[in-house]
Amino acid sequence: MLYKKSTYKSITILLIVLLCVSFFVNIGLGSVSISLKEIFLTIIGHQENYIIQHYRLPKAFTAVLAGSGLGISGLLMQTLFRNPLAGPFVLGISSGASLGVAIVILGSSLMGGFLATVFISKWSIVIAASLGSFIVLLAVMIVAAKIRDTMAILIIGLMFGSITAALVSVLSYFSSAELIQQYVFWGFGNLGNLTWYEVVIFFSIYAVGIVLSMMSMKNLNTLLLGENYAKSLGLNVKKSRFIIIIATCLLAGSVTAFAGPIAFIGLAVPHIARQIFNTSNHKILLPSVFIIGSIVMLICDSISQLPSSDYTLPINAITSLFGAPVVIWLLLRKRKMVF
Amino acid sequence: MSLINQHVVLNADNLFVGYKTHASKTIIASNINFELKQGELVGLVGVNGIGKSTLLRTLTGVQNALSGTIFLNGKHLQAFTNIEVAKVMSVVLTERIVTKNLSVFEIIALGRHPYTNWLGNLHKIDHAMINTAMSQTNIENLKHKKCFELSDGQLQKVMIARALAQDTDLIILDEPTTHLDMYHKVSALKLLQNLVKDTGKTILFSSHEIDLAIQLCDKMIVMTEHEVISGSPRALIEKGTFENLFPDDMIVFDNKTKNFRVKK
Repeated sequence: MLYKKSTYKSITILLIVLLCVSFFVNIGLGSVSISLKEIFLTIIGHQENYIIQHYRLPKAFTAVLAGSGLGISGLLMQTLFRNPLAGPFVLGISSGASLGVAIVILGSSLMGGFLATVFISKWSIVIAASLGSFIVLLAVMIVAAKIRDTMAILIIGLMFGSITAALVSVLSYFSSAELIQQYVFWGFGNLGNLTWYEVVIFFSIYAVGIVLSMMSMKNLNTLLLGENYAKSLGLNVKKSRFIIIIATCLLAGSVTAFAGPIAFIGLAVPHIARQIFNTSNHKILLPSVFIIGSIVMLICDSISQLPSSDYTLPINAITSLFGAPVVIWLLLRKRKMVF
Repeated sequence: MSLINQHVVLNADNLFVGYKTHASKTIIASNINFELKQGELVGLVGVNGIGKSTLLRTLTGVQNALSGTIFLNGKHLQAFTNIEVAKVMSVVLTERIVTKNLSVFEIIALGRHPYTNWLGNLHKIDHAMINTAMSQTNIENLKHKKCFELSDGQLQKVMIARALAQDTDLIILDEPTTHLDMYHKVSALKLLQNLVKDTGKTILFSSHEIDLAIQLCDKMIVMTEHEVISGSPRALIEKGTFENLFPDDMIVFDNKTKNFRVKK
């Protein structure tokens, strides 16, 4: 069965409404509850509210960027590698970032007290994460340029992941418990740590990634036939593969640098979109993954704030706790794996 | 149609095909010469491992020829860009498509890839080409079905329709009759024959159905261990080409009935 165009439209409108609702709910909920009216007045500029303007709003935007960015990069990887288990981090982006951060946090003890405090600032972690993922990525790209078989790139990505994970283990072995705890906390992910200035930088990297993904939509559909067919249709497989990988890296890399290695969203959201829209057509999937990714991230963040309490749970735990049952439920309901 | 003025779509000139690594060169088939003219149904036959697929891969530009040249519409194949080749030559492969979660219409629409803009939006002419392709292959009733709902034979037709939508002079099919029963083998080849008649396209296919190919093709390319010969089925029978096709310890070609028999 194929959905009619009107069905696509009504589902999309429903999702957009849901996105707006979860956006406002996300801003409203937290250790201090804020009424909808107050949020609205603040956003249109009639009222000043420090919490909303400098904490909740950037956090909500970060959630939207992170959720959609991870979802889309997951979709790109699943199509490129023809593998429903692929996610944004299969090319070793998050493990590269982890290594960078591990070197900064865990390695700082080797540099002595004063340097340690300089090193473990927020920006040094962002830079370390970016550098780490960039270096791993560069290695993967150099290999990818020499290889014709896309599957080999997937395995090479996983191998780089193992190498970096091993290096992190070695570093942790020589570090103090305190520093390890700090590193583990980074690994939990954090959406609420960004100032407006950082959100803008995050957004500009993210925007390039989104534009590249949009440019790849047609080619991704053609790649659904397999690489040989795609080539016979005039597609330059190597070039479009390159663009798809770059887009993934910008999206997943920027999220990891600014919000930590957030798991699960990138793997699950494309599946949720495929189940809801019952298609593999990227012209439908890309926008819907964008919306659904944002919604899921906003909901997860709202839950992790534990409304009206002083505690905040790690976002990384919530994404899996909330997301996995959703995917299982969708698959059970449809009884058929759509890929 | 006068035979002299017929346009040559594809021309192989002293072609050597095989594999090349840094150290060595493996020649699979050598000295291949043939012409595919406009409006011909051409069957490529030969025993397993003789190099049919290698030849097709070379013709479609997936791998390079060891030596010799391929001319497409009179122009050197190497001088074409990917997109230009895609507008002259389409393929139907044996490999399964990656996803079956696309509708028949969406699959056929992908045949318009070389013509559409960066978003892949379909215009009036694209829709017209897609509809013609569907009616030529008799699959209009499948338009809104998903590919996982189709049988092998139907999926085969969809892939042929996709190649038709690509609007090329030449369609190359790699073993279009595998996985099909006797009836559907005939119906697939009959479909190709009708397409050649109706559209004036040139269709080249590889197959193990030598009996059927002899009955349906305008021209055949026969690959044997010693040479690659092309010609009309009748001329090839007269030359005795088919008698040398297989080792003659088990089957023989009967010139009268035009088919193979098990040796008693």
